[in-house]
Amino acid sequence: MLYRTLDPWRQINDIQREMNRLFDARSWRNRNDYPAVNIWTDTDKVMVTAELPGYDKKDIDISLTGDLLRIHGSRKAPECKEDECFHRQERSHGVFDREIKLPFTIDQTSVEATLENGILSVSLSRAEEDKPKKIEIRSK
Amino acid sequence: MATNDKQVQKQETRDLQSAERTRWGKVFSPAIDILETKNDLRLYADMPGVDQKSISITVDQGVLTIQGNVDTTPIEGFELDYQEYDVGDYQRTFTLTDTVDQDKISANYKNGVLELILQKAEKTKPKRIEIKAN
Repeated sequence: MLYRTLDPWRQINDIQREMNRLFDARSWRNRNDYPAVNIWTDTDKVMVTAELPGYDKKDIDISLTGDLLRIHGSRKAPECKEDECFHRQERSHGVFDREIKLPFTIDQTSVEATLENGILSVSLSRAEEDKPKKIEIRSK
Repeated sequence: MATNDKQVQKQETRDLQSAERTRWGKVFSPAIDILETKNDLRLYADMPGVDQKSISITVDQGVLTIQGNVDTTPIEGFELDYQEYDVGDYQRTFTLTDTVDQDKISANYKNGVLELILQKAEKTKPKRIEIKAN
């Protein structure tokens, strides 16, 4: 039985996420935003991942202003010489430019980006001055 | 993308036929480009996140299947807050014609793109025919 090995909560979470994604995509995302991103959070950290197949490190520029992360780059279509022709062309090519608003101000020195097998991961930490401060109550 | 308006969303694959997969999870159909040159057919498939070791390319009775698995475990210590793309394996099949020499297929995976070079069979390569002068 395959089912026994599956975690039912994970499946329910997956369904919930899928539903959210469907509704979210309709309401506040332009379908042509490229690349599609996933945003992972921890208390003071954010991880932005994007699928960017066929891009080399040098094809992608990442910059950060306050809480705005900008990713832009370009990729070329396979070259077609004189006596060659495309039978199919489904992959997208050209220039993209995307800005992502992050949930908090970022410590500029903490940013790290990796590109592995076409997946870009940008890890960012919350700026120290942006972190919530605990206020002590003085007793009289 | 500024220069063309190709669909940027991933498509779930529809060519799974009737056989069930033993691996659980979603399967996507990778976007591909196919380019024909004088000596070969070149196929480029966008398969980001695939572990190179998991890629399988098979030719069976004229059907080429490309398949690659993606690790779907969440990032440790993080919670997925906002999701625009879904993660899953890739699979797609193609029917090959006699123009391709099925023993001469080479593959290369780099930066999330699988490139296949399918050599044309000798007999289908264009031949120049000389006209004999009288």
